Amino acid sequence: MTKYRVNKTKHVDQTKIVSFNFDGKSYHGFEGDTLASALLSNGVHLVGRSFKYHRPRGIMSSGSEEPNAICQINEDTDLTEPNVRATEIELYEGLKASSQNCWPSVNFDIGGINNFISPFIPAGFYYKTFMWPKSFWKKIYEPLIRWSAGLGKSPTKPDPELYDHKHVHCDVLIIGGGISGIIASKIAAKNNLKTILIEDKNILGGSTIFQKNENYKINDKYSGEWIDEEIAELKKLDNLTIKTRTSLAAYHSYNYLLAKENISDHLPLVKRNGGIRQRLWKIRADKVIVATGAIERPLVFNNNDRPGIMLSNSVKKYLDFYGVSCGFKNIIFTNNDSAYETAVSLKEKGISVEMIDIRKKSNSKIVKNAEQLGVKIYWNSTVVNTFGLRKIYSIEIMNLSEDGSNVVGNKIRINCDCLAISGGWTPMVHMHTQSGGKLDFREIDQTFIPNEIDKNHINVGSCNGDFELEEIINNTNKKVKNFLKVSETEFDNTSVINSKELNKRNIWLLPNYISEGKCKSFIDFQNDSTAKDIKLALREGFKSIEHVKRYTTTGMATDQGKLSNMHALGIIADTAGVKMGTLGTTTFRPPFTPLTFGSIVGRSVGNFFDIIRKTSINEWHIQNKAKFENVGQWKRPWYYPINNEGLHEAVQRESKAARDSAGILDASTLGKIDIQGTDASEFLNRVYTNAWSKLGIGKCRYGLMLNEDGMVYDDGVTTRLGENHYLMTTTTGGAANVLSKLEDYLQTEWPELDVYLTSVTDHYSTASICGPNSKKILKKIFPDKDFSDDAFPHMSYQNGKIDEINCRIMRISFTGELSYEINIESKYGKSLWEKCIEAGKEFKITPYGTETMHLLRAEKGFIIVGQDTDGTMTPIDLQMDWIVSKKKYDFIGKRSLYRSDTIREDRKQLVGLLTDDPNEVLEEGAQIVSDMSKKPIEMIGHVTSSYFSPNLNKSIALAVVKSGKKMSGQKLIVPMENKNINVTVSDSVFLDRENKRINA
Amino acid sequence: MFLINCPYCGERDQSEFSCGGEAHIVRPKQPTELSDDQWAEYLFMRKNIKGVQFERWNHAHGCRKWFNMVRDTSNDKIHGVYKMGEKPPVE
Repeated sequence: MTKYRVNKTKHVDQTKIVSFNFDGKSYHGFEGDTLASALLSNGVHLVGRSFKYHRPRGIMSSGSEEPNAICQINEDTDLTEPNVRATEIELYEGLKASSQNCWPSVNFDIGGINNFISPFIPAGFYYKTFMWPKSFWKKIYEPLIRWSAGLGKSPTKPDPELYDHKHVHCDVLIIGGGISGIIASKIAAKNNLKTILIEDKNILGGSTIFQKNENYKINDKYSGEWIDEEIAELKKLDNLTIKTRTSLAAYHSYNYLLAKENISDHLPLVKRNGGIRQRLWKIRADKVIVATGAIERPLVFNNNDRPGIMLSNSVKKYLDFYGVSCGFKNIIFTNNDSAYETAVSLKEKGISVEMIDIRKKSNSKIVKNAEQLGVKIYWNSTVVNTFGLRKIYSIEIMNLSEDGSNVVGNKIRINCDCLAISGGWTPMVHMHTQSGGKLDFREIDQTFIPNEIDKNHINVGSCNGDFELEEIINNTNKKVKNFLKVSETEFDNTSVINSKELNKRNIWLLPNYISEGKCKSFIDFQNDSTAKDIKLALREGFKSIEHVKRYTTTGMATDQGKLSNMHALGIIADTAGVKMGTLGTTTFRPPFTPLTFGSIVGRSVGNFFDIIRKTSINEWHIQNKAKFENVGQWKRPWYYPINNEGLHEAVQRESKAARDSAGILDASTLGKIDIQGTDASEFLNRVYTNAWSKLGIGKCRYGLMLNEDGMVYDDGVTTRLGENHYLMTTTTGGAANVLSKLEDYLQTEWPELDVYLTSVTDHYSTASICGPNSKKILKKIFPDKDFSDDAFPHMSYQNGKIDEINCRIMRISFTGELSYEINIESKYGKSLWEKCIEAGKEFKITPYGTETMHLLRAEKGFIIVGQDTDGTMTPIDLQMDWIVSKKKYDFIGKRSLYRSDTIREDRKQLVGLLTDDPNEVLEEGAQIVSDMSKKPIEMIGHVTSSYFSPNLNKSIALAVVKSGKKMSGQKLIVPMENKNINVTVSDSVFLDRENKRINA
Repeated sequence: MFLINCPYCGERDQSEFSCGGEAHIVRPKQPTELSDDQWAEYLFMRKNIKGVQFERWNHAHGCRKWFNMVRDTSNDKIHGVYKMGEKPPVE
């Protein structure tokens, strides 16, 4: 046992030694310790440096509010994690932790120089200084700020651990396993409600569990003993799920809550065995009872941040729960009674302690108890200074003036090795406000407490502002009964003894004989903002608490201001002379404590990141070494390299083959919507720009769909299968959205239409065969069919059969070649494809991918919605006036085509571009200019599609250019990083304007 | 995360739904009769109220039906849902 381990407790098993490493040095702790308690048991207080001034900082608290003791754990492993609070991590064998924000070491830190130049780096320093000279920003200021910014190091390797999500529903969710949470859980579960209790620590009981004081008794037992028995009974209840090591991250509307369960973070690395590390619980609760407790406030005085200065209740917890004394000559500085419990605990164990109280007197039982034990109390006094760089060794105190605004009398110097501070308690109202709840300000103890109007959740215990044991038990019982509609409970006649606080005094910023400008009175310990910074912000004109927060960075560190927000508000109110309750608070946003990315993502990593859609022909593509491209969720063959071909070579070969003989494309991914109903033709008339009523059965037509704003939304070929039956195709990426849009219009605008829509994208596979020999191949597959132009013309469809399997053959073309598409039920897709390949063998049929498809259609000047359009192109802009019906009275987007903006002649319009050097291929997205002499040079458009065409043996491009329609033959320039490319505006159809190939 | 009472399916998680913006904006029957300003009023102008708002919602990952919802945008309280074509519940 180390000398600071003064006490044996049941929570720490002192027979089980655990060794760990901190900052390269080996230490021992015990099972049950946290990293913080183990470090303190070894006398280590200094654990980190502050963010801005690099001041030495020590462990301050024992929970999630810890601002200083944040560590990097397991550095140099895949499992490394920054910003872990030493107060929360359970000690395990082999744990390796190190200080952050110091270089080269926590004891000697170069950045500490900031502390001495701190008068020159006030609030807003960065905003004010790094503005000038402007040229310094990129090379000097930014790299310097980047080097010094940030806490800890992110892991550099993929996270090897598993994370999980779980959805649960319950009648009652109780957040917090302290005394009020335990009472609430017992009432709920015993009244037949499916109840979940979550607690972020590894055991239940909160701070009551280590309470053993004559002044706090329940039913004649020490409150700690009473709660032990309650917990034992709780564990026997059937409809109660208790989740320890589970912290609530977010409380969303309609009682939807997220909680993170730590499953293996407390185990030695060797015992984790690749199991699940953390599980995110997604809870929908009928009713929620918040019992998150309160956190102790620090006091704000000069040099209140030295290692060895800790929250008073934490000093008590380290002593009574972990058996560790934080010092042997303790001073407790307080403004309230709760700190006397710490004094009594210390004194009873024979450890030296003195009290400094800003109040003039208190006659409560617990204070008398301390006095009887011989604790010396300095009333009406305040600490004015502290001494000790790496650990506190003495303090100076002075008396307060009558109104508390100043100090009077002589300084007294007292030696100490630990200064416990207590500025009262702040209810943890985060959950209440996250859920949308409002707060009321209670003057008597300067707290914000929940204002409950929501019927589906209540707050109980100290998070509701009940701080006295008797109030906690009685009010919790009463509120929970009311909330859950229970008439009587076992807690109805609980007898409680507790010392009541009789005197209160609160001073947000304690006065000093040293001038304010020279005091370092820290408010936000992690971000180093001081009372002076807040006052400076106010002098500079910041009024809103939200602005002061951002300007001074108060409350913006990883602890989210759990310890600092109230003091910042208090000092603002005092300085501005307004009531604190009128200021409001800053917004509490989730997560309450940081979440790992892993827990947010869960199992959705790697192959599970998103759904992968594959066509029924996919296996063939893989066997034939296709390179794939992602199109939405689909895996589409991009190109099929032979031997060592790259993209360019393969695409040149594939597109030449498709035009010279035959090519085959897997077109199964195109969206397919089956449209039926007596009003199907009328419906198509309304959603497409062109007319549909006269389309004969068995014919196909290309359609363009607009948004109501007149901009092109989607396109595709629709086939009339029967009198009241159509098959619409959409772009691959637009399929789901088109269906939604059509459904929307049918349900909301035109409910009178008799039309039924069914998505059949996945039901059919499509092989698209193109090229001059495609007709011969089709003839081989369907020997009984007449493929003559008269019997089966372009833009028509026929039914066919392959070995008794029905299929649909459409003669349509996206390449400008003679082309057929065969649709067959998906399960036969692969055999259809193989049949086509077999039949095409003698014509050297060449499978081609999306890249060749894009090239072929660009040669023909066919647009791709989403590549050549971007939501700002009308059909007129695309020079597709021919597809816009003049006769139809209305269709989606029609009226917008002649708004003042859409009829402007200088809109960007689709044109072709030819490079003066036919071998020069433009970059897609490149800007286009016409006049380089006038600065700034006006960008008049950009390249949307660009390829080298093997069939034309030159580079071709599509582009959108302002007033492009009128520019045919005009010379333009495409400026690149190191050269300017000269281009000529051309027609957007580069090949076979007369459609000889399609109709061949 | 809302709990939405789909008029066809009952209470479901918000993740099953998508919001279609302000409700009761009827597409003009004769768009060609409208001036640019009148058409723009239909096309672009939305109230974006802080307070009680009527909205269109779609049970996209469910029955795929569109319906209307009365929601207070200031506190996300849902005051009611009703089918397309029905009159909003009287406040």
